Amino acid sequence: MAKILLEMKNITKTFPGVKALDNVNLQVEEGEIHALVGENGAGKSTLMNVLSGIYPYGTYEGDIIYNGETCKFSKIKDSEEKGIVIIHQELALIPYMTIGENMFLGNERGKKAAIDWNETYGQADIHLKTVGLKESSRTLIKDIGVGKQQLVEIAKALAKNAKLLILDEPTASLNETDSQALLDLLLKFKKEGMTCIIISHKLNEVAYVADKITVIRDGATIETLVKGVDEFSEERIIKGMVGREIADSFPKRPGVKIGEVNLEVKNWTVYHPLYSERKVCDNVSIKVHKGEVVGISGLMGAGRTELAMSIFGKSYGTNISGQLFINGQEVHLKNERDAINHKLAYVTEDRKGNGLILSNPIKTNTTLANMAGVSSHGIIDKDKEFAVAEEYREKLRTKCPTVEQNVGNLSGGNQQKVLLAKWMFADPDVLILDEPTRGIDVGAKYEIYCIINELAAAGKSVIMISSELPEVLGMSDRIYVMNEGRIVGELSHEEATQEVIMSCILKSSKGE
Amino acid sequence: MSKTKVMEFVKKYTMILVLILVTAFFAWQTEGKILLPQNINNLIAQNAYVFVLATGMLLCILTGGNIDLSVGSVVCFVGAVGATMMETYEMNMWLSILIMLLVGLAIGAWQGFWIAFVRIPPFITTLSGMLVFRGLSNVVLNGMTVSITNETFVKIFGGGADCYVPDFFGGNGFNITCMLAGVIACAIFALTQFRGYFARKKKGYETGSFNAMLAKVIVLCAVLLWFTYNLSLHKGIPAALVWVIVVVLIYGYITSMTTTGRYFYAVGGNEKATKLSGINTDKVYFIAYTNMGLLAALAGMLTIARMTSAQPTYGQNYEMDAIGSCFIGGASAYGGVGTVPGVIIGAVLMGVINLGMSIMGVDANYQRVVKGLVLLAAVIFDVVSKRKSQ
Repeated sequence: MAKILLEMKNITKTFPGVKALDNVNLQVEEGEIHALVGENGAGKSTLMNVLSGIYPYGTYEGDIIYNGETCKFSKIKDSEEKGIVIIHQELALIPYMTIGENMFLGNERGKKAAIDWNETYGQADIHLKTVGLKESSRTLIKDIGVGKQQLVEIAKALAKNAKLLILDEPTASLNETDSQALLDLLLKFKKEGMTCIIISHKLNEVAYVADKITVIRDGATIETLVKGVDEFSEERIIKGMVGREIADSFPKRPGVKIGEVNLEVKNWTVYHPLYSERKVCDNVSIKVHKGEVVGISGLMGAGRTELAMSIFGKSYGTNISGQLFINGQEVHLKNERDAINHKLAYVTEDRKGNGLILSNPIKTNTTLANMAGVSSHGIIDKDKEFAVAEEYREKLRTKCPTVEQNVGNLSGGNQQKVLLAKWMFADPDVLILDEPTRGIDVGAKYEIYCIINELAAAGKSVIMISSELPEVLGMSDRIYVMNEGRIVGELSHEEATQEVIMSCILKSSKGE
Repeated sequence: MSKTKVMEFVKKYTMILVLILVTAFFAWQTEGKILLPQNINNLIAQNAYVFVLATGMLLCILTGGNIDLSVGSVVCFVGAVGATMMETYEMNMWLSILIMLLVGLAIGAWQGFWIAFVRIPPFITTLSGMLVFRGLSNVVLNGMTVSITNETFVKIFGGGADCYVPDFFGGNGFNITCMLAGVIACAIFALTQFRGYFARKKKGYETGSFNAMLAKVIVLCAVLLWFTYNLSLHKGIPAALVWVIVVVLIYGYITSMTTTGRYFYAVGGNEKATKLSGINTDKVYFIAYTNMGLLAALAGMLTIARMTSAQPTYGQNYEMDAIGSCFIGGASAYGGVGTVPGVIIGAVLMGVINLGMSIMGVDANYQRVVKGLVLLAAVIFDVVSKRKSQ
C-alpha cells in the first residue's frame, strides 16, 4: 500500500444553524486520483475549503494530517506552501492580465520591488507546455476560451509547486473535447507522481479518471469505493449519493383539486447576457396548473434560475424567444413590474443578493414589491404597512422581536420567510420559488413546505426549483428535470424517484 | 436604564450628543459668544446653501454612496445665468427665477440621463459637469462680477442687510412674529406626535413608551423655543431659514412618507432586489440627479442673493460641504442609510465647527484640517459600527 499523503480526521464544521460537515474522514494516498462526489450542498466544497485553509484552523474541529504532520493552516498561503493547491469552480483569473501575470499573481518572480518579467514569462511558458496549452504566456486571459483558461489555472497551480491538486468541478463549463483533454492531463500527472482530488457531478468522468471515489452525503462520508475492488458504475455511485431514507420530513399534501393551466411557456429559448452565442435555455416548454406544485430538478448550472428569471419579466438573458401564456392568453412581459402586474412572483434563490434589503426593516421589505398596497397617491400609510407586516409575521410565524427589526439580523430561515411574505403580499397567482429552503434548518424547512402547500390549496400555482432531490420528490405533483438548458424529463409524482431523476440528467449529459 | 440600553441610546443619538458636546466646547472656549443671537443668525445665513445642497446630495448618496461633484459649479452657473438675465438684460425677476430653476433642472436631467440610462459612473459624469459648468459660468459672466441690484430678489432669498421676515406685530427689539412662529411650530409638532400615538394605540398597533415620546416632545420643543427666542432677540427669522425649512420639510416628507422616497433606500440597500421587486431603478437614479440640479439652482439663488453679486468663483467646494454634511449626519458611504434630519444635524455640526473656530480666531488652514478629520472620523464610525453589528 502506498504512502498516505493526506488524512482528514473527524472534521466537523458548523455554520450558524447548520452543521455542514459532521465527522468527515478522508484518506488520500500519494499518487492517486481521488474523487469526491455528492449532491449539491453535501459538503464537498466545504471540506476542501477546510483543507486549503479558507476556513482557518480553529473554526472547525478535527485534524488534518498531511505528509505525516498535523497541519494548522490559518490562510490559503499556508496550505499552498505545503503544496496543496485548490482550483475553484469559478475561475479566479483576471481578464485584463496576461496568462503569465495571472500565473504568478501573489507569487511574483524576481524581487518585491522589481518583478523579473523574463523569468515570469519564461517559467510560464514552461508550465504552459506541461499542460499542453499552445498559447503565448503574453496573451491576455480575456482572449482565450474557458477550456484554455482552465488549463491556465492548472499551470498556475503547477507554478506553485503543487503536490496535491484539488479541482472543484473542473469540467463544469467545458465541452466534451476539452473535458476529455483535461482528464487525460490529470492521468498524465498521476504517472508523474502528482496526487489529485477531483470534485465532480459528471459520474462518467469520475469513473474514467478516479482510483477511489468517496461519497459525501449530508455532511458525512458514506463510503469510499476503490477501483478494482468495488463496482464503479454510475448506478452504484448514484445509490451512494442519494441513498438516504426520506423520513416524514414533508407535510401531507391536502387533496387539492388541480385546475386548468395557469401559466404555460412554449419553446422558450434564452441566450446568455454577456456571451450572446451561448444558449442558457434551449427550447423549453413547461406548464403549471392551478393548485399544482411543479418541481424543476437539476444540477447547479442547469439553467433553471435563468429560465425562471427570463420568464419573470425578462430579468435575465438576451434574445429571448418563445411564447408565454397566462390563463390561456399570450402575454409579453416587458419588465419585472409587468410580470408582477400579471400576477407572477419570482422568489429568488439568493435572498441576500437578490431578494432582501438587509439594511432595511422587515416591514419595508415585506411591502417593497407591492407598495401600491400600502399607499395612496404615492404616500405611504405607515400604520397600514406595519399592520401588513405584522399580519405576515403571524401567518408565517417569523421569529423576530418586532417588524421594525432589520432583516440583516435575522436567521436564514426567518429571512426566507420575510422574502416569502414579500411575494405573498404582492398577491401572485403563479409563484416561482427558486431554492426556497437553501441554507435553512430542518424546522424552518418544514414550515416553508407547509406554506407552499397552503398556497397551492388556495389555488395558486407553484413552480419550485430545487437541487435537493428529496424535497422535489416530497413536494411536487409533477417534476420537470432540466439539464444543460433543456428539459430532459417530465415525471409524475408516482414515477419519480431519485434514481430516475439522476439518470435523466446523466443520460442527457452523455448524449452531447 | 441598563447598560445595553444606554449604549443603544448613545448609538442612536451619537451625532446629536456630539453636536451638544462640540457646541458646549465652543461655548466654553468663546466665553459664550457662539450662542449669541447674532451668531446663531450668522450660522443659518452662512450655511443655508449647505442645508439645501446636503438635502439633495442625500438622495444621491442614498442610491448607493454616489455623490454629485458638480453642484458647486452648477450653483455658480445658475447664479451667473440669473444675474445676467436680471441685471444685464433687465428681465422680469419672476421669469428669471423660473428660468434659473429650469436651467438647474435641465442640468440635473442631463447628468441624470447619463448616470441612469447609460450607466456612466456618477463620479465621472459629475466630474465632467464640475468642469463644464465652471467653464460656462466664466463664459456667461465674461470673467467679471455682476452685481445684483434687484432688491426684491435679494430680500426674498435672504441676502443683504435686511434679510429677515418682517415683524408683523411691531415688537420693539423683540420680534414677535418669530417667537409666535416658534410657539406654533412647537404646538403643531406636539399635536402630531400625540395624535399619532393615540391613533396607533386605538388601532392596537405597537406604540413604544409614552414617556419616551413625551421626553422627545419636551426636549425638541425646548430647543425650538430657545432657538426662536434667540432669533427674536436679534432681528427675527432670516429669510434664508424659511427656504431651508421648506426644503427640509418637503424632502423629509418625501424620504420618509412616500413610495418614491422608499425607492431611494431600496436601491441603495440592494439594487438587484429592488429591480426584481418591479421597481424601475434607472428612474430612481434619474430622479436623484435631476432633483440635485433643481436644489443646486435654489442654492445658486441663495448664494447670489447673499453676496448680492455673481462671480465666476462662487460655489467652490460647495459639493464638499454638502457631501461632508451627509456623511457626518449618518448617511452610509455604501448607500441605503441616512435621513434628512440626520443630514441637517451633520450640516449644523459642520457649521458650528466653522463658526466656533472663526470666532476663536483659528487659522483658516487649520479649520480645513479639523473639518477634514471630522469627516473621516464620522465615516470611520459608520463603517466600524456596521462591521460590529454583522
